[in-house]
Amino acid sequence: MRMQSPNPYEPTLGEHLRSQGISRRGFLKFCGLLASSMALAPAMIPKIAAALEQAKRPSVIWLSFQECTGCTESLTRSHSPSLEGLVFDAISLDYHHTLQAASGDAAEHAREEAMKEHYGKYVLVVDGSIPLDNPGYSTIAGISNLDMLKEAAAGAAAIIAVGTCAAYGGLPKADPNPTGAVSVSDIIKDKPIINVPGCPPIPMVITGVIAHFLTFGLPELDSLGRPKAFYGQSIHDRCYRRPFYERGLFAETFDDEGAKAGWCLYKLGCKGPVTYNACATTKWNDGTSFPIESGHGCIGCSEPNFWDFGGFYKAISIPTGASGKNAVYAAAAGIAAGVAIGAMNKKSKAEAASSHQTVTVEELNQESGS
Amino acid sequence: MNEVDFLLWVKGSAFNIALFIFMAGLVLRLFEILSLGRKVNYAVPKGDPMQGGLREIFRRFGTDKATFQRSMITIVVGYVFHIGLFVVIFLLAAHVEVFKSVMGFGWPNLSTPVVDAFAVVTMIALVVVLIHRLQHPVKRFLSSPGDYVAWAVTFVPLLTGYMAYHHLLLSPQMMLGLHILSVEVLLIVFPFTKLMHTFTVFLSRWYNGASMGLRGVKS
Amino acid sequence: MSTLTLERGINAFKAQIDAPMASFFSSCVSCGMCADACLFYTENPEPRFTPIYKLEPLRRVWEQEYTLIGKLKAKLGLSKPVTDAELAEWQELVYNNCSLCGRCTLICPVGNDITYMIRRMREGMVASGHAPGGLIGASTRAVQIGSPMGVKLPALQAQVRHLEKSSGLTVPFDQEGAEYLLMLSSMEIMNYPEYLGAVAKILTNAGKTWTLSSECFEATNSGIQIGSSDIARELVSRVVAAAEKLKVKTVISPECGHAYTALRWEGPNLIGRPYTFAAKHIVEVLDELRAEGLLQTEGFEESKLTFHDPCQLVRRGGVVEQPRNLLNMVAKNFVEMADHGTLNWCCGAGGGVSANEDAEEVKLKAFQRKKKQLDELHVDTLVTACANCRIQLEEGMEVNQMDIPVLGLTEMIAEHLVERKGGAA
Repeated sequence: MRMQSPNPYEPTLGEHLRSQGISRRGFLKFCGLLASSMALAPAMIPKIAAALEQAKRPSVIWLSFQECTGCTESLTRSHSPSLEGLVFDAISLDYHHTLQAASGDAAEHAREEAMKEHYGKYVLVVDGSIPLDNPGYSTIAGISNLDMLKEAAAGAAAIIAVGTCAAYGGLPKADPNPTGAVSVSDIIKDKPIINVPGCPPIPMVITGVIAHFLTFGLPELDSLGRPKAFYGQSIHDRCYRRPFYERGLFAETFDDEGAKAGWCLYKLGCKGPVTYNACATTKWNDGTSFPIESGHGCIGCSEPNFWDFGGFYKAISIPTGASGKNAVYAAAAGIAAGVAIGAMNKKSKAEAASSHQTVTVEELNQESGS
Repeated sequence: MNEVDFLLWVKGSAFNIALFIFMAGLVLRLFEILSLGRKVNYAVPKGDPMQGGLREIFRRFGTDKATFQRSMITIVVGYVFHIGLFVVIFLLAAHVEVFKSVMGFGWPNLSTPVVDAFAVVTMIALVVVLIHRLQHPVKRFLSSPGDYVAWAVTFVPLLTGYMAYHHLLLSPQMMLGLHILSVEVLLIVFPFTKLMHTFTVFLSRWYNGASMGLRGVKS
Repeated sequence: MSTLTLERGINAFKAQIDAPMASFFSSCVSCGMCADACLFYTENPEPRFTPIYKLEPLRRVWEQEYTLIGKLKAKLGLSKPVTDAELAEWQELVYNNCSLCGRCTLICPVGNDITYMIRRMREGMVASGHAPGGLIGASTRAVQIGSPMGVKLPALQAQVRHLEKSSGLTVPFDQEGAEYLLMLSSMEIMNYPEYLGAVAKILTNAGKTWTLSSECFEATNSGIQIGSSDIARELVSRVVAAAEKLKVKTVISPECGHAYTALRWEGPNLIGRPYTFAAKHIVEVLDELRAEGLLQTEGFEESKLTFHDPCQLVRRGGVVEQPRNLLNMVAKNFVEMADHGTLNWCCGAGGGVSANEDAEEVKLKAFQRKKKQLDELHVDTLVTACANCRIQLEEGMEVNQMDIPVLGLTEMIAEHLVERKGGAA
């Protein structure tokens, strides 16, 4: 990856890839992969290819706030030489403080230059959440995350919130949220924002979203701002262990016979049924596997608040609070209230009994007194 | 509040509130009932009230042939949805986990499609029960709003649970959230509606049976 | 002088409601099965005759007075207090259309003792001045004259003299230390005097000592029927006083259903202590004599006959086997009705219905249930062990032009009695 300096001639992506030695065959293969991961028909592959060929290399500014660099790691640790990497390489990454060679003023200068030069056209990528409690919790070059985001967002064509922290607040926002962390969409309301959550997101998904943006513009998003193409199905829907779920066969511990036989991990806390991501189809590590294949349930990392989802090892249905204790307190409260109302009932009944006047036949034979 | 926040809320504080009201309400209601006491009986017993009470608790699960014929829909459909509710509530793996987390112990579950089938049958039975209630002159006459509330709070959790499992209409998170919320509504109204019969039925059968036992009535 | 008021009625409801009733009201799921168990509904299918509905005012008092949610509802104006007009309206349901037969209690799937609650509800109906005139009349006569039908001792003495003359038996009065004190119902004295002859014959033949009391001969208890513990206590106290004065071992309740309930089950609770004597129904006594070998019969009834179980004996008293043991001694062609024993259908006139003029029409409608049962069987004779059932059955058959004689079980046994050598007769 190289930092691009402003260039009057902007080569198309196709030209750039060819100059990098990527064959037409390899390029089409990548387009096919993209198409399938976006659940597009094979007939769309040539269209993707044509669109990508013609796409201009956009300027990309990548801001990293309260994050762990895992998202960047995910992307850069992809296999070399990978096509995803190359597409990533093909964008004009004008600022990324982890990856760029420049540092200090030079780095910030590059950002300011790019923002000026491509105002209204650059793509803003954000990873990490933004602290609102105290701007000093996280700053870059003395600028608070909030200010930097607002400034960079103003001239952005679109924002891609990479990783669950940027998309939904992620780990920093986990209870008790000491920094007052929020997501990009909590702050920026007037720009298109594409959430690419995951902790980290699948590299293929990051590049796929970028490719989609380059070729077809903004992708169709779900209610949580995620591209439906990658987040349209739950892990559970596509899980190869699903048949065991259906048959009611569950691993009870990580080393029991069920676990060894590859049964469903629902009872061990798998969040697959409520987690939307492409792990089960795209997989990780160059398509090797995904966590459930390693015998660990999905932790739901592409969903908001996944850290506070009641524990990674507790089944989804389990309430998050201390229910058992609560029930005991409730019973105690019930006893207290019951004793009180019981005493009232007893008193009321005793009063009724003592105020009973003997009924006589003389009374019965009177004209009704009421 | 997005759907995950909603789901977390229903699984967290809302569940705790509902469980609290349910438990406290249950205990309170039992105190309310038992505090009214019973007079000492001076009549010389002809039989053992305890035995009679226990006998009636079990005997009333069945009925004589003529009564069965007269009240066939009530009895058959009633049985179907009660068994269905039992299976769905207590034998679905996800539910067993909830009980385990609240009570500290669990039990084996049935396979999900089996429970799913029970859920469908139970829903159908409940719809029949509702139609029957609306059409049967006596039932319609006896029914108060409370009867329909009790029906609704029983039916909705089944429906939302079914829809959450089959990913119908809304996202599974939303549906799961609605499902849990509907159960919380059920828990909250439970002690204060006729749903309370789940517990008092044993008390009532026992009281009635004890009176029968005392008089030496064997049915 | 004090009067009966709504306030006294509600107060009585509050005093009567107990834990079982609270449990019953909490358990009702409005399934309506009690309607199908009740002959006042099946023969006159108006939904308001559903047994549990007859308790609605009482249920509301329970909810408003003894439940948190009910108190809350009342505060918010969501539930209205029970009014005098409502109780007036309910009189028809609680008295005319309920014979306290206990069938709903037996059938209710959640186990509600509806009959018990209606009996308790009547306490409030009485205290609020909503008891029917017929029952007020009967109660008044019972308290003031000693018999709901106004039968006085001279009338009984006349019957006794007649009996002694025609049978040669001695009918003792006020025999202290006798084993049995024989109680009667006015109905038997006036309409079925053969009952007294039959018992006299059997007991004497069995070598038992027995007696009538000149101070108290009436076993029936209008207080139980109208639903006033105060009146019922007064009436049952007379029996207890007579029995204890004569120091008898056992008081025999006559062929009457509710008299048995009054004497056997409610009596000790009304006077607030156990009896010093046993209380038994005549059928129980006869079956004991049979078991002891003191009751032997000869010959068999030729006709096809069936037995009508008095509700208070089977469902409220546990007397099921005894009449069958006795019948089988004298009948070869004894057939059971489709619903018999604890499941038997009421004659339609128990629980005060027969004494209630307002219920004349209703009770004949209710009889249709018995008619259907009898029509299925084609019997020649109907046997029962309750004078009140017997009157209703005879009246119902007459109205419906059915020609089936109704006999008392005791008389039938007496007719087949074999005289014992050791007997006093």
